[in-house]
Amino acid sequence: MVTALLFMLGLGAACGIMLSVASKVFYVYEDPRIAEVEAFMAGANCGGCGYTGCSAAAVAVVAGEAPPSVCIVADAEAAGNIAAIMGVDPGTAEPLLSYNTCRGGDRAPDKYYYMGINSCQALATLYGGKRECPVGCLGLGDCVRACAFDALKMGPHGYPVVDEVKCVGCGACERVCPKDIMEIKTMSQKLLHLNQYDDRIAPCQQTCPAEIDIPRYIYQIKSGDYEGAVNTIRERNPLLLSCGRVCPHPCENKCRRGIEDEPVSINQLKRFVADYEMNSGRRLPVSVAPSTGKKVAVIGGGPAGLSCAFFLRRLGHDVTIFDANPKLGGMIRYGIPEYRLPKEVLAWEIQGILDLGIDHKPNVMLGRDFDIGALMAAGYDSVFLGIGAWKDYTLRVEGENLEGCYTGINFLTNFALWQQEDGNEDRRPYVGNKCVVIGGGNTAIDCVRTLIRLGAEEVSIVYRRTRKEMPANEVEIVAAEHEGVKFTFLAAPTRVIGDEDGNVTGLEYLKMELGEPDASGRRRPVPIEGSETVMEIDMLITAIGQGPDVFFKDESKRLDEDLNITRWNTIDSEDPVALQSSIPYIFTGGDAATGADLVVSAIGAGRRAARSIHLYITGEEVKTPEKTLFTNNIPVSIFESVEGIEKSARTKMPELPVEDRIKSFVEADLVISEEEALYESNRCLQCCLTCYNKDVA
Amino acid sequence: MSEMGYFSIIISTIFVNNILLAKFLGNCPFLGTSKKMETAVGMAMAVVFVLVMAGAITWVIYHVFLVPFDLVYLRTIAFILVIASLVQFVELFLKKSIPALYAGLGIFLPLITTNCAVLGACVINIDEELSFIKSLVSSFGFAVGFGLALVLFAGVRERILLARVPKPLQDTSIGLVTAGIIALAFFSFKGMV
Repeated sequence: MVTALLFMLGLGAACGIMLSVASKVFYVYEDPRIAEVEAFMAGANCGGCGYTGCSAAAVAVVAGEAPPSVCIVADAEAAGNIAAIMGVDPGTAEPLLSYNTCRGGDRAPDKYYYMGINSCQALATLYGGKRECPVGCLGLGDCVRACAFDALKMGPHGYPVVDEVKCVGCGACERVCPKDIMEIKTMSQKLLHLNQYDDRIAPCQQTCPAEIDIPRYIYQIKSGDYEGAVNTIRERNPLLLSCGRVCPHPCENKCRRGIEDEPVSINQLKRFVADYEMNSGRRLPVSVAPSTGKKVAVIGGGPAGLSCAFFLRRLGHDVTIFDANPKLGGMIRYGIPEYRLPKEVLAWEIQGILDLGIDHKPNVMLGRDFDIGALMAAGYDSVFLGIGAWKDYTLRVEGENLEGCYTGINFLTNFALWQQEDGNEDRRPYVGNKCVVIGGGNTAIDCVRTLIRLGAEEVSIVYRRTRKEMPANEVEIVAAEHEGVKFTFLAAPTRVIGDEDGNVTGLEYLKMELGEPDASGRRRPVPIEGSETVMEIDMLITAIGQGPDVFFKDESKRLDEDLNITRWNTIDSEDPVALQSSIPYIFTGGDAATGADLVVSAIGAGRRAARSIHLYITGEEVKTPEKTLFTNNIPVSIFESVEGIEKSARTKMPELPVEDRIKSFVEADLVISEEEALYESNRCLQCCLTCYNKDVA
Repeated sequence: MSEMGYFSIIISTIFVNNILLAKFLGNCPFLGTSKKMETAVGMAMAVVFVLVMAGAITWVIYHVFLVPFDLVYLRTIAFILVIASLVQFVELFLKKSIPALYAGLGIFLPLITTNCAVLGACVINIDEELSFIKSLVSSFGFAVGFGLALVLFAGVRERILLARVPKPLQDTSIGLVTAGIIALAFFSFKGMV
């Protein structure tokens, strides 16, 4: 007995001594902060953070690989304490949120149901799952089961729906999904994403130059979530009130319903929710990432500049907009007339963008008041050049500088400046009685519709091709026709005639006929010999296109010499997605990069430039992902015909009667009603890559 | 077993007297770490390592202390204490000296601190009255047998994930059924040595 006790005591002592000696001899230095950090973690060893247990997470935090808020169970206070130990700002990490990228769900006609297989992973391995689309949701809910926080539910349409309040962004759903449908992203990551070939996106979203998730916001309108719809649009387009009014909606051309029926009136739905927010009198909060301390100068406060500034600000950078005009908006303020986009509406929209904390320096022009070298000296990390295209092309015919001759942008801008800043009748810009506008684009239409409202007796458009070739928006041409504008097609001006005082009195033009199609696919007008005709006029506006005014390059003394300019006077960026100029820290976008184009294209370019600038100033490589879709379509998603469509009429755009609208600059197009919005949102097929909701089975 | 050659001991411990499938020891890690091939392999390596060490030290304890002092009845408790300390010691040693091996085996080592397969193999070695070298070979064989069964079983379980399993039998239940069938298969080795 005594021997046994002695033996066990001896053995225990030997083991104890050996281990204590070993722990001394084999001691490995561990940062004492690891233990301190671990003390603030929940200690649940749940693995929700992505590390194997709390100790591993603590090691990662101390190593700087994980943010202080890595523990998903511990509260914000714990994150604050951990941040205090590490001496960093607790807010550096943006919350991650789970996000479902598939709208397919139960729509696949060909499904595999097998007793016992209720796992997406198993189904994907064995049979590839449902057979509608190679990238669609299988709907068996591995993600729902993987979610430890009850934040995922299988929705009524057979795909998972995220409860954003409960989601902690642990990433469990993303890891189990065999089809990569669940994505865990911060808002910044979502804002930086460009459409890609392997995305699950409908043709409308592929076509939209701003890449707005159109089916998603229409679904939100349909379910009465107008605020959600506004937020969805704001992830891609900060100027929804303006776009809702002036966008020629290229998306609607690719609407799948449009193949068999009239397309969904997407833009009117956008305008409906945008107006809903404005009329509610309350601005929806816009999330802004924690500050990065980087400074960016945005030159030009037009749609491209505003969009770029908006997205840079949301990514956490400090932005200052420099603009040559007294107020922001650029071409959408001074080029688009009041009756299309009321300035009150524009002001409300721009204020919302500035309220995010963006600085605005008005009345300063690049090349006249400052140059880029001065900006860099002032500590800006990068520059966005969104100077637009403000220089009108000229006819290059005799007499076009006579009194009474104007150019399109010049005329519109002067009038808008007078209307917005002055308003004194004595200084009102000159308006003739017999006015002719040369050109077939939107600027020409804006000019004639403005002239009509200013009381010109006879207003006509002279265009060298036919109505079919006019580049202006169809609705604008129709509106101009209704308002009494005369059109002279197939006429090329050859000479402007003036009297002895130098006032314009007539326009001589050659009649044309259409010949072979040119590079742009439009038939080239060919002059008919000896068909000179003279029109009697007392005012002439030339609106035949415009390009950027790059005079600043000659005025600047420093740095600007290396900036490459194309032969169309646009700022050269080799990659239209990255939009980086020949000087690495200068980026561009909008009309300045492409020549005169749509507002929505400028907005899209603004975001792409913001993405590149973000990459540049955070020290990453400015590179376009290989799979970037840009303006292309995903071939499998474009159909020849669409089955299961029941024709339903598209909601007509309400507008003021012609008699009322030509007397004033009151907005001519009106917003649709809530019932109409609901009806129109129900016309949407909720397309995804290849599937859609059929009207009739 | 004490009269067998080394090769026979290896064959016997790996196949005929497989610690998991013939002796039914160590079922807990057998079911717990066999859901993924990766963890199964890690666990198998850790068992090989620990079991050989434990076989050596328990033989020494038994023949140097317990038998001379007539304390054989303390065998079980002494072995548990020695094996537990050994594993802790090995963990400390690896962490300092061979960090790479520690990273590979690290999380599995504490799991087998008091694993019955380890203890059982040591006790069998003693009961069979093997010499020191033979007990080392036998321990190694048992550990390899453990690893073989675990890896085979993990492979089967990864396939079972895709199979149509009736709801009441899912997960552990079907695991045990499968283990039984694999054990039956191993039964065919009986009588080889």
